[in-house]
Amino acid sequence: MNFMQEFGQQMVNGIALGSVYALIALGYTMVYGIVKLINFAHGDILMVGAFAGFFVLTANGQDPSKISNPLMLVLAFIIAMAVSALFGVIIEKTCYKPLRKAPKINLLITAIGVSIVLENGARVIPWIGPNPKQFPVLKDIPIIDGISQMIKAQTGVFISPVQILSFIIAILLMLMLFYIVNFTKTGKAMRAASYDMGAAQLMGINVDNIISVTFAIGAALAAAAGILFALNYPQVEPYMGIMPGLKAFVAAVLGGIGSIPGAMLGGFIMGIAETLTKGFISSKLADAVAFGILIIILVIKPSGILGKNTREKV
Amino acid sequence: MFKAKALSLLVVFVMVVSLFAGCNGGGNEIKIGAIQPISGQVSAYGTQTRDAIQMAVDEINAAGGVNGKKIKLIVEDDEANPEKTVNAFKKLATQDKVVGIVGALTSKCSLSITKEAQQRKILMISPSSTNDTVTSAGEFIFRACYNDSFQGQVVAKFAQETLKAKNAAILFDNTNDYSKGLRDNFKKKFEELGGKVVVEESYATNDKDFNAQLTKIKGTNPDVLFIPDYYSTVSLIAKQVKSQGINAPMLGADGWDEITNNAGDEVIGSYYSNHYSPDAKDADVQNFVKKYQEKYKIVPNALAALGYDATYVLVEAIKRAGSTDPVKVQAEMMKTDKKYVTGQIKFDPATRNPVKSAVMVKVEKGADGKLTAGYAGTVNP
Repeated sequence: MNFMQEFGQQMVNGIALGSVYALIALGYTMVYGIVKLINFAHGDILMVGAFAGFFVLTANGQDPSKISNPLMLVLAFIIAMAVSALFGVIIEKTCYKPLRKAPKINLLITAIGVSIVLENGARVIPWIGPNPKQFPVLKDIPIIDGISQMIKAQTGVFISPVQILSFIIAILLMLMLFYIVNFTKTGKAMRAASYDMGAAQLMGINVDNIISVTFAIGAALAAAAGILFALNYPQVEPYMGIMPGLKAFVAAVLGGIGSIPGAMLGGFIMGIAETLTKGFISSKLADAVAFGILIIILVIKPSGILGKNTREKV
Repeated sequence: MFKAKALSLLVVFVMVVSLFAGCNGGGNEIKIGAIQPISGQVSAYGTQTRDAIQMAVDEINAAGGVNGKKIKLIVEDDEANPEKTVNAFKKLATQDKVVGIVGALTSKCSLSITKEAQQRKILMISPSSTNDTVTSAGEFIFRACYNDSFQGQVVAKFAQETLKAKNAAILFDNTNDYSKGLRDNFKKKFEELGGKVVVEESYATNDKDFNAQLTKIKGTNPDVLFIPDYYSTVSLIAKQVKSQGINAPMLGADGWDEITNNAGDEVIGSYYSNHYSPDAKDADVQNFVKKYQEKYKIVPNALAALGYDATYVLVEAIKRAGSTDPVKVQAEMMKTDKKYVTGQIKFDPATRNPVKSAVMVKVEKGADGKLTAGYAGTVNP
């Protein structure tokens, strides 16, 4: 393997990881854009989604060690996203909505509380429990295997079927989100609410509903990211959302929190920086470099790469 | 006024009750603590070890107990998290006032409490913490297993002599004492024997993505890949090893025990060192496996066997000492020289490490389609 091939390979690893971070970061940034809340329970919604997918994929009559039926995978995504969206809305209605007029710090503390409840709640539920479970691996799906082999033959770079799948799904979901936000009425209302919630309300937008929709979409994206994460790293456990959640949060801040393209960009930067550091500098420095980039960006441009400069109103 | 009276009455009541609770059973029971990871990343070890310790205690009590007293076992869960180990230790030491502790299971957890156990003169025997420094806190700290200097050498020797490997790659957890110790010892021995460690990569506990490190390892084309970590992380790494297209056999140490129940076909053809093999012909082993299977319906792993042995070593020392005075029990522990399930246990007077032999096992696919760990050789110290 020559240097270019190795570099290409590491870039592939980085982009695959980055696409998962980007999906999670989108949820952070959307919620922040509208309610100015950093939803620390977001990573745990990822865990809920991963477990929902796990139960679909290991339901009766299937081989629990592998996924070879693409339809089951689609079903897993749909159910997991629906379950997580429901979770997202319930959490918003019961925990965040009553605090909407309270100081932001209260909301933040509530979010941390929700995160702890979800993690430890999952631990005590008997069919989840504290022990890590093996997530089924993707195997023998001819189309994706074929693409993987073709790329290998053409370029010498090996992209595993899982990496291809996660990249495709992540891009598809991002395009869908892009469409919803920019070309639908709901999207317009979301943008209006994020710009000025009071004015949006005066214009006849039902802000409560829009906030719920935002939480639902964010949670659904987290669920999809959860399944992708579990496909790449086939193990599910109650605390699995913490680290990816934290990294994605950093990615969202890096790209400019509140900005949707910023979250995607931030996610990819984080994934690639982490992987290239591991590959070419030292695996011990991976997190240091990724977080170091954050610090540098924030010093140069405090609102993040694509963030808007907002002046505090006095 | 009334409230204050009611409150003071309540306080008095609580104090009186706790006074009784304090004395409860003090006369005819000997309390022993166990700190094991019943949940979390290595729960398959913790639960089996706990069951084996309980089995040993039940057997001892059924045979009349020790010096006319029954043994009472108090089990605490540490989730393989050193902070929780410290909390569990404090509870056992101050609230339950145990004589000795069987635990902790992982090296990192054991290391978090050895100093305090030594200070408080609580006998601690770790069934399975192999890191070299575990017993160096003082004379009250023992272990029932061999240590990593030996284990790392065994694996290195096996790689060179049996697998004829010249170039080795290592992927280890640089935040885990167990993993780091094994890597040092493997490397030392492997290079001493004329081999070369071509690449060393590391990660942190709870990392999930190893693709970057593995891509680098693949570039060096090693003959063997040594992954000294616990089964749950190894199963995650192994899947990525295969999906990156690395075909060199993987090597591991006793942390791989249980891999056959926690990984897929990707670990077939791997080797690891272990403390015992349940299919050994030895009578003590067969007897233990039979009893354990009758009681818990599964074949005990090596850590269960070590937990069982550790409990017997501790209780027999208390029996010989004829008291629960820690200094007397300690002196009797040092005199241990007997064959147990996992082999002869005789403590080295300076380090309190038992001098024992290791077995190498190979992961294979059994006739029933399930993974099994087959016996591949014994290495003596």
